[in-house]
Amino acid sequence: MPDDNQRKQWFEEQIGEVLDDLYGSALRLTKNRADAEDLVGEAVAKAFKSLDTLKDLKAFRGWIFRILSNCFISECRKRKTRAEAPVDFANEESEEGDFWLFDKLHQPFLLWWGNPEQAFLNELLRDDLINAIDELPHDFRVVLVMAELEGLSYQDIAGALDVPVGTVRSRLSRARSILQKALWEHAQDQGIAGNTKRV
Amino acid sequence: MSKENMIDCEEALSRLFEFIDHELHPVHNHEMDGHMSRCRSCYSRLEFENRLREHLRKATQEKASDELQNKVKSLISKL
Repeated sequence: MPDDNQRKQWFEEQIGEVLDDLYGSALRLTKNRADAEDLVGEAVAKAFKSLDTLKDLKAFRGWIFRILSNCFISECRKRKTRAEAPVDFANEESEEGDFWLFDKLHQPFLLWWGNPEQAFLNELLRDDLINAIDELPHDFRVVLVMAELEGLSYQDIAGALDVPVGTVRSRLSRARSILQKALWEHAQDQGIAGNTKRV
Repeated sequence: MSKENMIDCEEALSRLFEFIDHELHPVHNHEMDGHMSRCRSCYSRLEFENRLREHLRKATQEKASDELQNKVKSLISKL
């Protein structure tokens, strides 16, 4: 980039385009508005200082989300004040089978006359989905946010968390399963899964 | 797609999320594309998982407050 002013202007424009999404992701990571705003500020400052490491300007979005996640992970390590209990071995390698909403909802004989899967999703409220994410155990929530919401690659997530890619894969699978089970149980409590197949 | 490259439902479902996450090797990706074009059940599952992801992304969309926007602008100007 030609000079400092142009560089700063370009950076500000890029941040402006992703700020809502950065904040949304930060909020799901921290679960707290004030902490989310601090996290975004920290990520923006860090990103500007390391702008020279961004080789492909079109990759800005993925790059800044990686920085945001790295800042969050570093902060967690520094503070060591996680509100939730750390994920233990039993949780990581749960003997409980995976739970998938589709298996509960899909009714092949209704193929042409109804779509219970879509009906189920339509009944879920925004808060239902947010609560299901926020209630995930910390390590599972972080991986899910990074993959599902930020769209980071398994390799990038593994790098940020300093764990093998296989661990990312297994945590993500468990996170999705726990999330879907929570949505199913919530729907049953609310009586919105009443017309769907029961097991 | 030749028969040797065809995968069954069990294989397809085991790779489903990596397919959705764009994490598969191009060869496996091609096999998944082939399977999804032939198997209504697996395609329905794929559609459901994609829709659930869309719902999650939509639900978690936030608008940065004016205060945050100003804070970030001010921060950048000082950098």
